[in-house]
Amino acid sequence: MSTYPVTRLPLATAPLRARLRRNRLRVLLFLAPGLVGFAVFLVYPLVMTVWLSFTNSNMISPARFVGLRNYRYLLDGDPLIWHAIRNTGWLVVIMVPAQVLFALGVAMVTARLKAGASLFRTLFYLPALAPPVAATVAFVCMFNPNSGPVNRILGLVGIHGPLWFNSPDWSKPALTLLALWGSGTMMVIFLAALLEVPAELYEAAELDGAGSWQRFRYVTLPTISPVVLFATVTGVIAGLQYFTQAMVASQVANGNIQPAPGYPDGSTLTFPQQLYIAGFNQFHAGYACALAVVLFVVAMAFTVVLLRRASGFDIEESPR
Amino acid sequence: MSESRGRPVTRTARRVARRTVRRTLATSLIAATALLTASCSTGGASSKADTGAGDTTPVTITFWHGFSSPHEITSVNSVLAEFHKKYPYITVKAVAAQTDDKVNQAIRGGTAPDVAASFNAANVGGWCSSGAFQDLTPDIKADDVDMAQIPKAVQSYTAFGGKRCTMPWLADTFGLYYNKKLFAQAGITAPPRTMSELVEDTKKLTSFNADGSIRTAGFMPYLGAYGMLTEHLVPSWGGKWLTADGQSNVGGDPAFAQALTWQKKLVDWFGAKKLVTFKAGMGDEFSAQNAFETGKLAMMVDGEWRNAFIKNDKSSVDYGTAVMPAADGKPELHGAGYVGGNVIGMPRGAKHPGAAWKLIKYLTTDTDAVTTLADAIGNVPTTIAALNSPTLKLSKDAHFAPFLEVFKNPLTTTTPASPDGGAYLTNFGHFVEKWQSGGVTDLKAGLAAVDKQNNAALKLGQ
Repeated sequence: MSTYPVTRLPLATAPLRARLRRNRLRVLLFLAPGLVGFAVFLVYPLVMTVWLSFTNSNMISPARFVGLRNYRYLLDGDPLIWHAIRNTGWLVVIMVPAQVLFALGVAMVTARLKAGASLFRTLFYLPALAPPVAATVAFVCMFNPNSGPVNRILGLVGIHGPLWFNSPDWSKPALTLLALWGSGTMMVIFLAALLEVPAELYEAAELDGAGSWQRFRYVTLPTISPVVLFATVTGVIAGLQYFTQAMVASQVANGNIQPAPGYPDGSTLTFPQQLYIAGFNQFHAGYACALAVVLFVVAMAFTVVLLRRASGFDIEESPR
Repeated sequence: MSESRGRPVTRTARRVARRTVRRTLATSLIAATALLTASCSTGGASSKADTGAGDTTPVTITFWHGFSSPHEITSVNSVLAEFHKKYPYITVKAVAAQTDDKVNQAIRGGTAPDVAASFNAANVGGWCSSGAFQDLTPDIKADDVDMAQIPKAVQSYTAFGGKRCTMPWLADTFGLYYNKKLFAQAGITAPPRTMSELVEDTKKLTSFNADGSIRTAGFMPYLGAYGMLTEHLVPSWGGKWLTADGQSNVGGDPAFAQALTWQKKLVDWFGAKKLVTFKAGMGDEFSAQNAFETGKLAMMVDGEWRNAFIKNDKSSVDYGTAVMPAADGKPELHGAGYVGGNVIGMPRGAKHPGAAWKLIKYLTTDTDAVTTLADAIGNVPTTIAALNSPTLKLSKDAHFAPFLEVFKNPLTTTTPASPDGGAYLTNFGHFVEKWQSGGVTDLKAGLAAVDKQNNAALKLGQ
């Protein structure tokens, strides 16, 4: 079990070390643009965000270290943060899975179409091209309980439509409908994955007596599981960062020129909105950074958990 | 052996490699951090009485303001043209429809305009305390500007913590607009003077469709609809938002509970759901579809600017204006109301502070400039001289008279500046949403909780 002193090894000679150093420098040189970008646009903002979260920064005058005060305020001082957490949680738990399932369903239908497939695929994809602000304004107008066409049509069939974006109970479901309508990009990704599933696998499964559900469960799903995972992870991250549509919908539905974050009754106030208000409206950049750190940790945790769970699923269930 | 090809095979070689990588990364990170830290601090010239009265070097300054309606932009530009005549060496590049968020971002990014105006006086506290806007006191002293020409209430919302970082650039007061035709149909001969009369008139003026929905609302008591905001309502009860030492007062001042109780009673008479449905169909506040302008709303609380919008929208509504009714038992408050307004200042980082100050001084204290713009956009002038000026056409306009009355009333109040950009109003707004939808059972306890929340928010930035 005796070991040679490392310095005696012929590989560690001076010329070799010099060659290794040159090699490493060359590698670093090629990596440099990426590393600089990584350091400047990710590491630096991250480090600064963590540091500022322990200060009373307003991003204008010099910041002072305040310890954990911002985090304490988050837990027991901010009257709106739990609204924001609940709403963002709702969107992640309800809206994201709904969007994934809807996009997968539409992709499966359009993948099977024999005639007019291109037309329907284009039609389902088109809403994804609409700018989020314009799409949200149009949606709020369509769902206007007083003058919008949706409630008028519902009225024709005897249904008294809800207040949609003007109701605390219906505002998030209405935002979910907007998300489903605009899930064309996800649908296209699913469609590409579905069209890549080898037809022989379906034929073999059919010969073995598999029904449509079994073919989906044991052939389609395992084959496209990496795409489902991708859609879920990016969907969860987008859900945690949900901002524009909620901000626009609340203001348009309120009908007032002033922004009305959370209208009605705080039901559309999301975590990133509260972060924005604290940092940019109320001069509490330090507190906003504390919120950003929490959001980052939660997003990371979600991603890690999803990736771990999904990799186990992929290995066990994959037919390959 | 093949597995180890391309990477250092000995422990020493690996250690050397790791050290090199670590050193390189650490050096890059420190360098980048130092570079960006230096670039993140906003700098620029500061206002230090460099008014440069004799300096006539041609200069172009940038002026951001929030006006966005075509008639408003034209009016601002015509006043700026007069400024250019007076100071031919100063060219003003005006940028319309700018928001406070954009101004804040520009200040943080070191690209602030020379002069910025805002509709939101609630931000003055944050701007003064953070240094985002420069203290104009040295310029005011150097030019011997008479601040006594600006009423005290107006002075109070344009300065904070002993710093005068903004000047008032026209004011907004709020009153009651009423539809004369609908009044006549309901047999009402005069606008209400008390809140009880307002309720009675509302009931007379309101009509419902066969399905129970509101056809015409006598008044919209739902807070958050158009100008019906708590800050415009509580002056009728004499409510004060903050105590003398800057603490939240909504639980301590009974005026807030009284105002909200009155408001909820009227909401309940309509039915909150019916009101929300009606509100959704009221039409955009600043468009010709405004419910008052189309006759769907018989009375509403609004700012003096509505007169100009009614005219510009070519609305056919036959209307009158009045001061807000006072709370029952508080006749002394009849004639008082809410005053807020536009503010204008010099952001930190302004490149031409001397010329910027000249523009601010001209727009806020030159009687002709103030009266011309006030007449053109229908806002209340903010200097005594402009108010009393024989050239002020608004003073002869019967529709405008109540708003001038509110402005001159010593009991007229405002929402005081706070260092957190008026977060107390945001917190109160969320409470009110819950209140009017029936989600608050104990009003007194709820308001006390809002006080606690507001005070915690005020401490956060300290």
